Amino acid sequence: MTTTDATTATGDTPVALTTRKDWASDQEVRWCPGCGDYSILAAVQLLLPELGVARENTVFVSGIGCAARFPYYMSTYGMHSIHGRAPAIATGLAISRPDLDVWVVSGDGDALSIGGNHLIHALRRNVDITILMFNNQIYGLTKGQYSPTSEHGKVTKSTPFGSLDTPFNPLSVAIGAEASFVARTHDMDRKHMMATLRRAHDHKGAAFVEILQNCNVFNDGAFEAITGKANREQMLVPLEHGEPIRFGPDGSKGVVLGADAQLRIEDVDAAGVDALLVHDEQRSDPSLAFMLSRLARGPFEPTPIGVFRAVERPAYGQLVDEQIAQVRERKGPGDLEALLRSATTWTVG
Amino acid sequence: MSSTMNPPRDSVSSIGSLVVRFAGDSGDGMQVTGDQFTAASALFGNDLATFPSYPAEIRAPAGTLAGVSAFQVHIADHDILTPGDAPTVLIAMNPAALRANVEDVVTGGSIIVNSDAFDERAVAKAGYVSDPLRDGSLAQFRVYEVPMTTLTVEACKPIGAKPRDAERSKNFFALGLVSWLYHHALEPTIEFVERRYAARPLVVQANTLALRAGWNFGETAELFESSYEIPPTTLEPGTYTNVTGNTALAWGLIAGAHQAGLSLFLGSYPITPASDILHELAKQKHFGIRTLQAEDEIAGVGAALGASFGGALGVTTTSGPGIDLKSETIGLAVSLELPLVIVDVQRGGPSTGLPTKTEQGDLLHAMYGRHGEAPVPIVAASTPSHCFAAAIEAVRIAVTYRTPVYLLSDGYLANGAEPWRLPDVATLPTIDPAFRREPNHTAPDGTPEFWPYLRDDETLARPWAIPGTPGLEHRIGGIEKQDGSGDVSYDPGNHALMVRLRAERIAGIARTIPPLELDDPGAATGSRARLLVLGWGSTYGAIAAAVRRSRARGLEVARAHLVHLNPFPSNLGEVLAEYDTVLVPETNLGQLVKLVRAAFLVDAIGLNKVEGRPFRVSEVEQAIVDLLAPLTASKEAIA
Repeated sequence: MTTTDATTATGDTPVALTTRKDWASDQEVRWCPGCGDYSILAAVQLLLPELGVARENTVFVSGIGCAARFPYYMSTYGMHSIHGRAPAIATGLAISRPDLDVWVVSGDGDALSIGGNHLIHALRRNVDITILMFNNQIYGLTKGQYSPTSEHGKVTKSTPFGSLDTPFNPLSVAIGAEASFVARTHDMDRKHMMATLRRAHDHKGAAFVEILQNCNVFNDGAFEAITGKANREQMLVPLEHGEPIRFGPDGSKGVVLGADAQLRIEDVDAAGVDALLVHDEQRSDPSLAFMLSRLARGPFEPTPIGVFRAVERPAYGQLVDEQIAQVRERKGPGDLEALLRSATTWTVG
Repeated sequence: MSSTMNPPRDSVSSIGSLVVRFAGDSGDGMQVTGDQFTAASALFGNDLATFPSYPAEIRAPAGTLAGVSAFQVHIADHDILTPGDAPTVLIAMNPAALRANVEDVVTGGSIIVNSDAFDERAVAKAGYVSDPLRDGSLAQFRVYEVPMTTLTVEACKPIGAKPRDAERSKNFFALGLVSWLYHHALEPTIEFVERRYAARPLVVQANTLALRAGWNFGETAELFESSYEIPPTTLEPGTYTNVTGNTALAWGLIAGAHQAGLSLFLGSYPITPASDILHELAKQKHFGIRTLQAEDEIAGVGAALGASFGGALGVTTTSGPGIDLKSETIGLAVSLELPLVIVDVQRGGPSTGLPTKTEQGDLLHAMYGRHGEAPVPIVAASTPSHCFAAAIEAVRIAVTYRTPVYLLSDGYLANGAEPWRLPDVATLPTIDPAFRREPNHTAPDGTPEFWPYLRDDETLARPWAIPGTPGLEHRIGGIEKQDGSGDVSYDPGNHALMVRLRAERIAGIARTIPPLELDDPGAATGSRARLLVLGWGSTYGAIAAAVRRSRARGLEVARAHLVHLNPFPSNLGEVLAEYDTVLVPETNLGQLVKLVRAAFLVDAIGLNKVEGRPFRVSEVEQAIVDLLAPLTASKEAIA
């Protein structure tokens, strides 16, 4: 018997046409009525038939939390694992099975609190996985404690006098962790979600998407000031690669990089179109993407959405396989008999 | 052994066995010296066992007791089971090395010291009030004072080496001297030096010159009355190699994956004394092995479990502190029912404990260290070379029963070495992963479907269907699952059923475990011994040797050694019931003894040692003698 990789890649076999129904499992969806997770699930189930991947080659891995129930509702392969560890588990799966399309579904507590270490290392290694982080700035499953993205002073059951912690900015964390793809979208705009998730899926390597998601039970309206229908035009700053960054009615406002190396929002009429910062998601230096991730201090100021950063870097699994191929070329395929005799041997009798 | 460097000797004595300990500062190269002496002994055909001992600090302050590194090797003309209780020869490179080890040397034994290192300051630094070479405190030993530093520097003069550089070769001077004393050829060591320091010709020259100078010193100095020869051992015919536990374990994992036709995935985090398994597997990439040095222990086991979900053989390697961190993921693996091998190279605990010292402290953790009812099979290696077979057995159980399996080794096995008769690769067991390719259930409407928790009648193992298999898409998780369908279920009756099924499945592994082998020469003729010594893991050598010695002095004692700790071999209860007294030596405070007492209501007695060191044969032997004295007395009284 020889050692083989347990892959059953379909190669170039065309993938059968599917619809949303084909990607939904037979399990009853059990999120609270009105939860933002429903619209994210719908966006993913509508997107997958368009991606040209087979159900059997798709895997959703999650940790613990409301978002982590996601795999149960997909008719793909899936694992609902333990708190915070999904990126680590997905790393092992994606490295050993580069033929698979591996998604990680996580929340702000799962990804940034208990699983923060795994998240940053999956990103820096550039493991070929797509990480969706549902950010609702609260712990939902444990019924309403503050999360690592909750605003300072948050009054919750565990912080009756207000939280004392400085929150994480998820995109700043991802960019700081050498992520090669970083994006933000929100649960109120299916079209934007699908477009952003498609980009994330198509990216080779680790893709990180923050999805602003409303928890209508424990943190209702957390993003209303920016994602509410009436507020979006004024408060969401769409990022388009190669385009000047502008928003507001008729694009009346824009983002300018000042001489003091700070980003600020100005009226386009006053500043002039040429003064606007042109978005370059492929910029190798992450500093501008980092600054954009911090343009808003919270979901009450104009907030950029879309792809912040998308740079090409070899996926980790690919590097692993290339190294194996190189060593095989040099040493030949592994031979057990030879391995046991690789140190000094002697014969008796 | 024929050697161009072996001139005829005036006086050669033949001896049956020898225990040498090389001791010096951790920067003195004692481990290399010991390794080379071992390699030469193996090539000569002696049986041997080694015991390296080094501080947890990379370079503890030079000349202090904390910084002493030692390597003990037992070589013999007969088969031996341990690295020896007490050295017959100690090579001490400085006063601290002498002070840290002199207690262990047998009375009348030889001590060879580097006398250059015994200046007033060094003697004081080692904590001596007066110079032990002058104050008569070593009167019960034969002490040989050799100015190794001076002679080494002198020997290296022709190549223009600066004294400070030349000095570093003094361990090779010591090795040369001891090689002369015990008739070891120098060629294998010279070849090793040429290989190892190929990039630094000056170092090759210096080490070679020092080695020869040491040999020549022995030859000409007339310091030693005699040199000694240990005739080759009569070993079973076959091809042998000298192997440490960590290497054998890594090779066993490769062989296990190979025999199962699975690709091997190791998720690991560096930790003493397990790291060498990661190092070894990382070297063997041409087997298609993927090794991930993860961000932490949790990620190591998580990635391994993810790889197993994808159809690889997921393995994680660690020691005590890492085991603590991995426990939650191991519980998940219990719930997911996926193959996973967890290697625990045990060390002294609790907490950081004694990173470089051995202990069998994790058996109960392996057995019970998870929340909920979460049974995990446990396999323990007995000797360095047995780590190979134990690893294959762990893989067999993990793959066949879709379960995480603990493979226990320890610091003593990990770093210890012994000659290993290489197995015939063609005779290694085949392991069938039996991936599920087809649906296994029919929905009420007649549609074929896949139920991930529909179990095999015989093994109770669930089907392993891996991503990429069309039609078998399924979701599994840590939440309790409905028997059969695997859907989330909080039903009380179903939970009770699933808890019992998981326990039954693990207990059922006993049906595939060979019965416990009993070593009781009298049993066949109806005169069974009254005392049974029951062991597990690395106490094998000390127990077997102690039993052998006890029998040589006319005592009747039986012996059995467990490889499977969970489940136990199915005949263990019957075996235990045959003996009046059961003695369980362990390097912990009594863990197996608790398990057998609980399982079989046997009044077993523990013999426990927690010094970070393995048992001496004499310690186990004494316990046997003590236990047998009253038994024998009562027998005589009845007679």
